[in-house]
Amino acid sequence: MLSRVADSLYWMARYLERAEHTARLLDVNLNLMLDESSTSSEHRWLRVLHALGYPQDVAWTGDPYSLTRALTFDTNYKASIVSCIIAARENSRHVREQISTEQWQRLNSLYLQVTSPGFEAGVDGQSTEFLQSVTEAIHQFQGITDSTMSHGEGWQFIQVGRFIERASATAMLLEAYHEDLWIYPERIPEGNEYLEWMGLLRSATAFEAYCKVYTADLTPERILEFLLLDEKFPHSLRFAIDSMQKALEEIQHESGKHRAETLYRLGGRLQSMLSFTTIEDVLHQNVVGVLRNILAQCRAIHQTIYELYVDYSIQTALAG
Amino acid sequence: MAQDSSTQFAQIAMNNYLLDHAYDEMFVAAGELHRHYEPLLGHFSSLPADELQRRKQAADLSFLNQGITFTVYGREEGTEKIFPYDLLPRIITAAEWAKVEHGLMQRITALNLFLKDIYNEGRILQDGIIPREVVFSCKQYRRQMIGLQVPRNIYIAICGTDLIRLENGEFVVLEDNLRVPSGVSYMLTNRRVMKRIFPQLFRSYNVRPIEQYTQLLLGTLRSLAPEGRPEPNIVLLSPGVFNSAYFEHAYLARQMGIELVEGRDLVVHDNIVYMRTTSGLRRVDVIYRRVDDDFIDPLAFRPDSILGVAGLFNAYRAGNVTLANAFGTGVADDKALYAYVPDIIKYYLSEEPVLKNVETYLLTRPNERQHVLQNLDKLVVKAVGESGGYGMLIGPQSTAAQREEFARKIEADPRNYIAQPTISFSRAPCLIGDALEPRHVDLRPYVLYGDKVTVVPGGLTRVALTRGSLVVNSSQGGGSKDTWVLSQ
Repeated sequence: MLSRVADSLYWMARYLERAEHTARLLDVNLNLMLDESSTSSEHRWLRVLHALGYPQDVAWTGDPYSLTRALTFDTNYKASIVSCIIAARENSRHVREQISTEQWQRLNSLYLQVTSPGFEAGVDGQSTEFLQSVTEAIHQFQGITDSTMSHGEGWQFIQVGRFIERASATAMLLEAYHEDLWIYPERIPEGNEYLEWMGLLRSATAFEAYCKVYTADLTPERILEFLLLDEKFPHSLRFAIDSMQKALEEIQHESGKHRAETLYRLGGRLQSMLSFTTIEDVLHQNVVGVLRNILAQCRAIHQTIYELYVDYSIQTALAG
Repeated sequence: MAQDSSTQFAQIAMNNYLLDHAYDEMFVAAGELHRHYEPLLGHFSSLPADELQRRKQAADLSFLNQGITFTVYGREEGTEKIFPYDLLPRIITAAEWAKVEHGLMQRITALNLFLKDIYNEGRILQDGIIPREVVFSCKQYRRQMIGLQVPRNIYIAICGTDLIRLENGEFVVLEDNLRVPSGVSYMLTNRRVMKRIFPQLFRSYNVRPIEQYTQLLLGTLRSLAPEGRPEPNIVLLSPGVFNSAYFEHAYLARQMGIELVEGRDLVVHDNIVYMRTTSGLRRVDVIYRRVDDDFIDPLAFRPDSILGVAGLFNAYRAGNVTLANAFGTGVADDKALYAYVPDIIKYYLSEEPVLKNVETYLLTRPNERQHVLQNLDKLVVKAVGESGGYGMLIGPQSTAAQREEFARKIEADPRNYIAQPTISFSRAPCLIGDALEPRHVDLRPYVLYGDKVTVVPGGLTRVALTRGSLVVNSSQGGGSKDTWVLSQ
């Protein structure tokens, strides 16, 4: 597979994952905001910005709806939902012959929808219908991807992009909530606090899955354990890293394993840390430190993927 | 209900359709159809007018959602446009097609022999059939190609020739496109949409299939692989996503199952072309290039090109990679050389041309130049190196100032222009609003030359959507129609 193609597929998946995550985070917080006093509003929205990695040029101005509009529609801001959809579609346009017609059509209609003139003005600023429609469209795209695209190398690069983005987003989400939820881990949640914990789980689509495992009794340790270490839940860090590593191994298998030792080691180390650690181990350490360490490892893996598959030097390649 | 509006549609269509001296694809005379169009009008008449509109919208939406668009240069907003599509197919009978096919095969064979000759012995020049200066002054003539052997002696593997119909219904050649002819993806997607929108109508005609084009193209490219490369790696080289024909490049690569590459994906080392893949470098054997000669290798041609691959021309010279079409084929579609194609056919094949040329004045000949300058208001003047409807003067529709400007240009550089009579080429009915209106059409069939010459039965019918206009290019507001070649 062409390096440029791998690069485009990887970024297409990352951008869509990012758009979906942002849409859900905004949707959940706009909803929970209705149940709380306006004094805590600022705190909530600063935390949203924290969870999104403090996007450049976007500041809290006191109005949740204008912040939402910026994070949704403002194309001056590269991580807004619409910008992500445009970037994903642009990446897919570069590799149209590599993805299925069904995939392209789904993504292209989403793009046409969000970029049609006057579209933003037609969206009710206080309704979250649009955010839900974006999430739904991206879910459809993922389903179409999995069922119409050959699960070869290209699909594996999509998997890597999707899960590395998801792992980073979940780590940042946990970090953003940490201060509020794990300062006093022994406390029993009451009233609004319960809503916050629920909000965290719902931001990772995890509320219902959590309840199936632990019932609706929310406790900080269990939430952390679920989002960090659960083996079967698709938005947990462990699941995301497992899936990423599996895809990387498939890619290594197709493209010659000897070249990929560093990458294999980096991915494997992160994977085993998440597989063999317990929530007690994590809580005994500095939780924020652990999360930041995971983020740093994700960045290193991203960097190594680039050096190995996309941006390698011709001289090394000829020698190899 | 349906019955009422149907009779209306047929009646209104027949009554309001204006015929003039141009050949009409559908009507022989007022109220009288060419026989092969009868079932078509019958079917359209059985549909309520709003049903036609509904299907039209369904077709447009299908093109838009599939991203079947071309890029319009020089505009910020809405740079991607769908190529307007007309619902009524253009129908060509088996007998008409047989002649077109024969003529095109003859033409591509002769032009190939011509290219081989002028880059090698130059017999046709020695024999004085074509003046040397016409060939050597051509901007597309490539000295670098002299004496070079190309696989199977095939210079033109892929060709799209533009035909028009004269007032008597005869097909003639308007121009050949031998460099990077485009539009074949529209031919293929038009057909797919048509089959979806009018399945019954389509089934009732015996239309020859065209879906095999991509497989034939792949076979053609494979047959041109360098010696000793039995399983060649074939790629399509595109200038990239900003090129107006990018949709087509991606479409063809996907349909053939080959890699779509850009210049930055390729590297040349020791005269071997490689592509950069996730598993390292992989050798490339055949390149279907959709990049013009000038831009393909910044070392050999334009140094400012960022679309090309440094060193590609040397790898090509060394015989390590095949390019389709070959470098330097543009000399044979130069508009001044066009005037000599009938002579070229006679010279190499000892046959009379099956398809005629449009009468063409060469402005390098003093008496013809004189005639043209005196009759600019009646003629069409074209710059020889331009395409896509640019650099043209359409005499009858021009202003005095434009004619003066062209007269100056012609006198300054007569080699750079040709003139032709203004031909009112044939018209076909189009659905404009709720009514049928005639619009001028041309036809671009596609010819492939590998193991043998193949003409896919059909082609791209382009439509000048502006009433009375003779310009069919997509960049100038043209549209297209599905083209049906009947098997009997």
